[in-house]
Order: sequence, then C-alpha cells, then structure tokens
Amino acid sequence: MNNCIIEMKKIKKYFYGVKALDGVDFKIRTGEVHALIGENGAGKSTLVKILTGVYQPTAGTIILNNKPVKFPSPQISQKAGISAIHQEATMFPDLSIIENIFMGHHIRNKSNGLLSWREMKDKTQSLLDKLELDILPDTKVRNLSVAQRHMVEIAKALSLNTKVVIMDEPTSALTLKEVEYLYKIIRKLKSEGKAIIFISHKFEEIFEIADYFTVLRDGKYIGEGKIADTTVDKIVQMVVGRSLEQMYPKLEAEQGDIILKVENLTKIGVFKNISFDLHKGEILGFFGLVGAGRSEVMQTIFGIDTKTSGKVFINGEKISITNPSDAMNHGLAYLPEDRQIQGAILAMNIRENITLPIIDRTSRHIFLDRDREFEVVDEYGKNLEIKASGWEQLVEDLSGGNQQKVVLAKWIATKPRILIMDEPTKGIDVATKATVHNFVSELAKKGIAIILISSELPEVLGMSNNIIVMHEGVITAKFTREEANSGKIIRAAIGSISK
Amino acid sequence: MRNLFRKREFSLFIFILFIIFGVSLRTPSFLYVNNFVDILNDTAILSMVAIGQLMIIVTGGIDLSVGSSLALSGMSVALLNQYHPGIPIFMIILISIAIGLLLGSINGLLVSQAKIPPIITTLGTMSIYRGLVFVLCKGTWVSAHEMTEVFRSFPRRSFLGLSSLIYMSLLIIILFLIFLNLTRTGREIYGVGGNKIASQYVGINLKKINYLVFTLCGGITGLAGFLWVARYAAAQSETAIGFELQTIAACVIGGVSITGGSGTIIGVVLGAFFMGIVYNALTMIHVSPFWQMAIQGFIILFAIIINTVMDKRNQQLMLRKRSFNE
Repeated sequence: MNNCIIEMKKIKKYFYGVKALDGVDFKIRTGEVHALIGENGAGKSTLVKILTGVYQPTAGTIILNNKPVKFPSPQISQKAGISAIHQEATMFPDLSIIENIFMGHHIRNKSNGLLSWREMKDKTQSLLDKLELDILPDTKVRNLSVAQRHMVEIAKALSLNTKVVIMDEPTSALTLKEVEYLYKIIRKLKSEGKAIIFISHKFEEIFEIADYFTVLRDGKYIGEGKIADTTVDKIVQMVVGRSLEQMYPKLEAEQGDIILKVENLTKIGVFKNISFDLHKGEILGFFGLVGAGRSEVMQTIFGIDTKTSGKVFINGEKISITNPSDAMNHGLAYLPEDRQIQGAILAMNIRENITLPIIDRTSRHIFLDRDREFEVVDEYGKNLEIKASGWEQLVEDLSGGNQQKVVLAKWIATKPRILIMDEPTKGIDVATKATVHNFVSELAKKGIAIILISSELPEVLGMSNNIIVMHEGVITAKFTREEANSGKIIRAAIGSISK
Repeated sequence: MRNLFRKREFSLFIFILFIIFGVSLRTPSFLYVNNFVDILNDTAILSMVAIGQLMIIVTGGIDLSVGSSLALSGMSVALLNQYHPGIPIFMIILISIAIGLLLGSINGLLVSQAKIPPIITTLGTMSIYRGLVFVLCKGTWVSAHEMTEVFRSFPRRSFLGLSSLIYMSLLIIILFLIFLNLTRTGREIYGVGGNKIASQYVGINLKKINYLVFTLCGGITGLAGFLWVARYAAAQSETAIGFELQTIAACVIGGVSITGGSGTIIGVVLGAFFMGIVYNALTMIHVSPFWQMAIQGFIILFAIIINTVMDKRNQQLMLRKRSFNE
C-alpha cells in the first residue's frame, strides 16, 4: 500500500454550502492506470481541480510520497509532478511544438541568459521520438490533428518530469486508430512508472486500458477496485445506484394527439435517420453522452441549422422551417443549453430579456408598450420565482439559477405548444432545479409538449414519459417510463446495445 | 426615462460641470450664454453623426467612413448648388440625405450580405468615398461666392436665438432617442449588440439590423454633409478628414461599450458636448495651439479612465448586492 504516489483522504469541497465533494478518498500507485468514474456532476472534475491546484479543498489531506502536501496554485502542483491533459487542449496554435512544450519553463543558456533553442529543439525531438510521433519540432500546432495535439500535451507533461498524468476524456475526438495509438503510449508511460488518472464515460475504454477504478456519485466516494475483478454491470450499478424516482414529483398528465412528428431527419456527418413522435402533454427525454448529437437535432428542427434530408410535421402538416422565427410561428420554443452564450442578453435587464421574443405582442405598432411588458414580466417572473431587486435589474447581475429562470420565462412567454429544453438545469443549484422541475411538470399538465435534453440520468428518468437515447448521431434505444432503468439507458448511451 | 441619467452619463455630466467651473475661474467670459451657444453650434454636427456611429457600435461594429461620406455628400450638393442654383433648399437637403443613405447602405450591404467585418469594409469605403470627392471636384474648391445665399446661410438662420443647425441636431437627437428607446427595432439593435447568438435564437434578423444601422448612420451623415459645407461656406477635398475618429471618441467618452450592447444617446451627446467644451476652453484660456491637440487627447483619456473606474465600482457594489440576495 505504501507505493501510493498520491493519496487523497476525506476530501471535502463546498461551494457556498453546496457539497461538491463530501469526504472522497482516492489513491493512485506508480505504474497504474486508474479510471475515475461517475456521472456528470458526480465530482470528478472538482477532484481533479483540487489535485491540480485550481481549487482548494474545504477539508481533507493530500499525501504525496507519504508526505502531506498542499497545492495552493496550479504551478506548485505541476512542480510536484502532476500534469493534466485537457479535454480541449489548451495550446498556442500559432506557435511551434517546441514553443508549446517549453512555454513557461524555457531553457536558458547558462552563460548569457538567452534562450537556448538548440537544446529545446533536441529535447523536443527526443520526446517526439519517444511518443513515436513522426513530425518536425518546428511544426506549428495549428497544423496538427487532435491526436497529435494530445501527444504534444503529453510531451509537455513529460518535459516537466511528471509523475502523475491526468487525462480527461482523451479519446472523445479521436478516431479508432488514434485511440489505439493513445493506448500504446499510455502503456508505455505505465511501464516507465508513471501513474495515469483516466477519466472517461466509455466503459469499453475503461475495461481496455485501466487497472483500477474509483467511482464517485453526488460528490461521495462509492467504491474502488481492480478492473479485473469487476464487470460493466457492477460498475453501472455503482454509478447510478440510488432510488431517485421519488425525488421527482411527476404530475400525471393526459397525453393527447401527436403534435410533432420527425421522420428520418439527417444532417450528414452529425446525425442520421432521426425519427420520433411527440404528443401533447408528453415529456420526451433525450439522453446521451456529450457529443451524441441531441442538441444538433433540436437546433435543426428549430431552424438554426439546416438539414440534409428528412421531414418534420406539426399537427399532421408537413412544414419547412428555415429560421428561428418560422419555428416560433409554428409554436416552437427552444431553451438553449448555454444560457450565457445562447440564452440571455446579459447587458439587458430582466424585462427587456423576457419580452424580446414576444416583442410583437408587447408593442403597439412599432412602439414598445411598457405597461404590456410589465404585465407579461410580472406573470412569468412570479410564476418562476425569479429573485431580483426588480424587473429592471440587469441580467448579468443575477445568479446563475436566476439567469436560467429568466431565459425559461422568456421562452414560456412565447406561449409555445412545443417546448424544447436543452440541459435546463445544468450548473444550477438544487433548490432552483426543483423549481424548474415543478414548473416543467405543470407545463406538461397544461398540454404543452416538451422535449427534455439532459445528461443527468436521474432527471431524464424522473421527468420523462418516454425516453430516447442517442449515441454518435443515431437513436440507439427508445423506452417508455415503465421500461426504462439506469442500466439500460447507460448501455444504450455508450452504444453497447448495437454491438 | 431610466436611461436619461444612468450612472455613467451622470458622472460625465458632473465632470463637464467641473471643467466649466474650473475654466470660468480663470476666464469668466467662458460662462457667457453666447459662448455656450457657440459651443452648441460647434458640436451640433458632431453629436448628430456620433448618434449614427453609436447605433453601429452598439451592434458591435464601427464606421470609419463617416468623414468621407460626409465630405462626398457635402461636395455633391455644393456642386449641385453651384451649377443649378435654382434647386430649392429643401430639395438640396433631401438629396444630401439620399446620397448619405446610399453610401451607408453600401457599407450595410457589404457587412450584412458579404460578411466583411465592419472595420475592414469601412476602411475600404473610407478611401473610396474620399477618392470620389477628389474625382468630383477635380482637386478644386467650391467656395463661398460660388454658393447661393440661401444655401450658405441655412445653418445660421435663427429662431428664438438658436440657429437652425442646433434645431437640426435637436431633431435628430429626439428622433433617435425615440427610435432607440421606444421602438421594437431599437430594442432589437441593443439585443443584437448584447448577444448575437441569443438574438438569433429569438428570431431577430441579424442581417436586417446590420444593414439598417449602417444605412441610418449614412442618412444622418448625408444631412451633416450639407450642414457642414453650408456652415463653413466651403466644400473641399479635405472636408472632415479625421472626423470619424471624433465621432468614435464622442461615443467612447459617452460610455458606449466598444464591444457592443450598451450605450445611450444622452451619453453620446454629452460626449460630443464635452469635446466641444474642452476645445473651446483650451482656446479661451490661451493654451498654445501647438499644445491643444495633445492636451485634448489627455483630457479625453482622463475622462474615460474616470468613467471606467466609476463603472468598476458600481459593478462591485452590484456583486456585493448579488451575493447578499443568494
């Protein structure tokens, strides 16, 4: 047990009272690939950020080589031998590989203090050789493939004499062949005694490359073990295993006629043959991993993207939507995933934000009508319990949860018949989540048809009447509420049904 | 009128009062009503065109061609007046506006349809429009005696002690105050500047808004072109060179966010007035003309720094309030 290179004990991290990590244990030994497993929001990235010095733990200890340590900054963690390979590589695209690798720790000539490019180039070359990367050290990073960029990041880590390499979803943008190559390099690093923390949603990868695993759920440590001694089912059980159904007070809603029918919707290279029906009063959950193509399907239906082929019917009538205002005229509303980028206009106040999509209704001829605006904002703002000093408060001064409520109010105010919600509770606190969930259930009860895209399994399971699972651009499974369970959904989402 | 004295405009207003007070200690004649009327006359054209510039900057763009468009429309109507003195003055004004609208809409089309970034589009048209001025006048002037009396005296015609130039600028200010604050399109302009993607999601036509702001700015600039050549009783190829930078400065001093999304007409008008006051005051207190430009720049920077500092402080207050709310 004492060959542990890092041991994290009873790590706790609270954000304003919210427990992101609640007493998590984690240890990793030299020469080991250790999979860190959990759903979105389980606490994986918080744990990594504590290890890399980005966050400070509220409580708990980190032991490095049997000595307790603190990582007050990323630089100190890096000096101690911990490097993270980021999901979206943080690099300087217009600089060469040499410059990227030695950024921040350039080698200087001892006698005159100038940069010693000769030495850096030689070192880069030997690192590239070691990683079996056949490119010149002078190549600009912009011209590299995603896999090659990962390798440059790994080379950078090695140049820092790293002992622990953290890889967060390293394969998400790689081709099969590149993944094989990555595995090879990981095994090589392992044989040299490096410890690798491997974060992935894909169980096949975990079983292929990892030796040990640790499962987190809701910020808690659930368990750990040897990959060789376990099965996919056992791990899935650990990842989801909770009785969450009672957390979601689903109101029983009468399901009416089909309001939206999508047939073989295809956008080449993004998604294909998407077909589904949506009924009045139904909540249709869309589950999938990041990149499964769910948002892209909805953006195409809403007229933000264009389709390659396929048909969309509303109330049995074939329609063509080429821009968002067409979609709104057909009674559609789309609550986008990223409220800061796609949702709210931060420099505007609450009233102006909520009335923007219904500016036709709140104005007389070309002139705005403040009385009508206030009527609308009063109605929806109160319904959603938006907490603000007044409707004239700027949206940028609201908390994340309240910003989300403003965006929600904005779309509800359009009185949609079909409401598409993309990750409506992402990154907001538990109390606000409950408000949003209740509100959504009530909308469904009023006969509004709702599409709920969510990467949170409990939310999809708890809220939906029917669930569609997507994997890499295709629908891999459809379940009714009664049929669905966490295991089936996760297996469909990682694509292990089709195999 | 919530926008009337939002904090930023108010701090600029106080700063202006402070300068007036300081200068009048040294030169009491600075405080004469006549002097203020002079300053208003001097800043009328600037504040009009700066409003056009404001609309473009609010959407996240910029127009570097306003100086050249102003000169081109001014030169065109001056030549028209010279060769066809019979054309009535209101026709001259309409033609000047029409030329401006045309020039602005060319910018608008290039930006919205051809998707060329505004700074590059207008950098190009700035040279083209200026070049056309040279082509039109063949390097010569249209001077006072070549203009009709009605043409020349129009900006100076006065009513209740104020010139028609001032009334024109008031008209533009009020028109656009209504347009930006009380109409749907005005709201959509701020929306596009605040968040392009979110605006697209709520069904706002981005191309239409982009085209519109450049065209409107062109229209104002066209009107300003006539007023300029008539007021100075001269149309030359160098008319209003560098004027675009003054309009941008008026916007920035007036608290317009250069990245788009926020900025008010009152702020811009105060910004233009501030520039007029500084220029006037430097002359009144006999600062050497060699020093004037540098000092002007220094005071402008100072005003912007004060504004930014005030803004940061306000934001911190808001942050504290926000954490209290939660």
